[in-house]
Amino acid sequence: MKTTRRELIRIAGAGAVVLAAPAIITRPARAANKRIALIVKNLGNSYFDACANGAKEAAAELGGIEIIYTASAKPTAEEQIAVIDAQIAQKVDGIIVSANDADALVPVGKKAAERGIKVMSFDSAIAPAGRTVHLSASSTPLIGAKQVQMIAKTLGNKGEVAILSAASTMTNQNSWIEAMKEEWKKPEYAEMPLVATVYGDDQDDKSYREMQGLVKAHPNLRGVISPTTIGIRSGAKAIVDGGLIGKVYITGLGLPSEMKDYVMQGACDSFAIWNPVEYGYASTMIMADLLNGKDAAEGAKLSMGKKGETTVGKDGEAVMGEPFEFNKTNVEEFAKIF
Amino acid sequence: MNAPISPPPETRYTVLDAPRRGIRDVLMRWEVILVILLAATTVVNTMVSPYFLDVFNLADATFNFSEKAIIALAMALLILVRQIDLSVAAIVALAAMGIGYAAEAGFGPGALFAVGIGIGLACGVFNGLLVTGAGLPAIVVTIGTMSLFRGLTQVVLGDQAKTKYPQEFLDLGQSYFIKMKETGISWLFVPPVPLSFLIFLVLAVLFGIVLHKTATGRKLFAIGSNPIAARFSGIPVDRLTFLLFMVSGILSGLAAALLTARLGSMRSNIAIGWELDIVTMVILGGVSIAGGVGSILGVVLAVFVLGLVTFGMSLNNIPGQVVSVYIGALLIAVIAIPRIVDRLGLRKPAG
Repeated sequence: MKTTRRELIRIAGAGAVVLAAPAIITRPARAANKRIALIVKNLGNSYFDACANGAKEAAAELGGIEIIYTASAKPTAEEQIAVIDAQIAQKVDGIIVSANDADALVPVGKKAAERGIKVMSFDSAIAPAGRTVHLSASSTPLIGAKQVQMIAKTLGNKGEVAILSAASTMTNQNSWIEAMKEEWKKPEYAEMPLVATVYGDDQDDKSYREMQGLVKAHPNLRGVISPTTIGIRSGAKAIVDGGLIGKVYITGLGLPSEMKDYVMQGACDSFAIWNPVEYGYASTMIMADLLNGKDAAEGAKLSMGKKGETTVGKDGEAVMGEPFEFNKTNVEEFAKIF
Repeated sequence: MNAPISPPPETRYTVLDAPRRGIRDVLMRWEVILVILLAATTVVNTMVSPYFLDVFNLADATFNFSEKAIIALAMALLILVRQIDLSVAAIVALAAMGIGYAAEAGFGPGALFAVGIGIGLACGVFNGLLVTGAGLPAIVVTIGTMSLFRGLTQVVLGDQAKTKYPQEFLDLGQSYFIKMKETGISWLFVPPVPLSFLIFLVLAVLFGIVLHKTATGRKLFAIGSNPIAARFSGIPVDRLTFLLFMVSGILSGLAAALLTARLGSMRSNIAIGWELDIVTMVILGGVSIAGGVGSILGVVLAVFVLGLVTFGMSLNNIPGQVVSVYIGALLIAVIAIPRIVDRLGLRKPAG
């Protein structure tokens, strides 16, 4: 009995060492003198992988910065807090977060700040009390203006245009549409009237039918703006299925992976959304500025490297720039990313 | 059948005591494995990361598992008596929502904890009534109430968050309850302890005493080993089961108060998925899912192993998915090792 128990313990011990092995293999490199943690909502998301690539690009450009790209297994606030706690424990210099919950991350953000760690958010904000700066990819006026400019370029400023939105209750959709109408007031769009605004409720089938309805109701319709990823892909499909390529063009906010085929077929000339590589790059550049002790009060200017400068607004909000345009020349490349 | 009926035996059967080694051995084995694992985790983490063996870092790490660990104590007793409560995380959500509304109405910290515990208790009573009163299987009942409680929270809150709490309440969840005290001797100090971790330790001692040192504890083991035999031996099976569901609700409500204070915010997805993390703690702790076997010490050790493994791996920036895979492998391995040892004949079968 004695020997068997000893043997058992030995086997258990061997098992324990084997199970502890993964921790041994990944010994962290500590060559860089500044460490920035990029903590996103969840891993295995190619959008965030692209952001991380941008962050690494910025780190390489600046030199002396190590990017720690990590996330929790589940996209919940509690798990994300545990990940941030582990970064605080490692005494990183800066933390960039895409928050799973704006409010629940405030205490942990404050704790990091108390320990001398700079905290900023991007993509999805932490409430102002829990971070210094939040970098938005774009702003409402820029998003609205960009979409009108894209369809104007495609149509040569001539022809009837309609809007295919998501739901009439969605605040972001409505504020973008307001911003479009603001841009539309400019004289160069005089021969490009807005004839209708319809709602596809962010459902593929309803958006598709609304698009068909638009074409029937307005025989002279030349262009459609859809500021929603679901609206633009369903609208583009309706153009292809209805044999309307070359007659009606769609633009708006879409994902390269979903829009690639429609761009190549000619249903969509160009569309926009923010570029995640640039987003990660600009965030890291701003964090580098913060680490160098730059002030982030309202009105302060922070560098985004080759993307220029941004001005910190109210509540530490900063804007990266106008949405990034995708067309035949670059859509295939980005379709691989997101 | 025509076979002649054998005459009843003259003397009654002698019922031998069960060989003491049986259960003892299982317990010994399990806890020994867990202690080795805990030691290995500590040693490896200390070697790999210079930040691991730091009292403040370790104290911070306890924040992230203490609330789950508190619920795991109740879950251990439920699983021990062949029941389960999968609605615990949903109870946390419902109780946290109650706390959120109560805080907006101006309640103080004590009252907020009472609200959380009260809602938890009500949910526990509801589960207990359905299981013992209506005689429904616990897994079915609590899968139902899991959706019910969580769904209720989602319907009421929508995408809104409750973010207004009194500062004294937030301090209970966010700062150390016992502050770091140094004595001048470098190895002798009072470590910083969060309230949630302190409550877990106190409850663990309490649960350990009840389960292993009282008649009630023996009755729970009896129910877990054979509920029908337990009933015929005069053990109030239903009453004890009902009580355990109440305890499970109360501790979930308590955990909800601690978690809400820590986050300073609650949404309808609060604590989502916790029920399986908690069941993992209990199973890794050596509580048999078939009932009748387990110890509080094992559960406490498992809580530490899981907490330190997770913390150590995130200190080394190992992605969350890898941590999940590793914990899954750990669970299967720890459960399988004793069985494999038995199969290989390294241990003579008892008796």
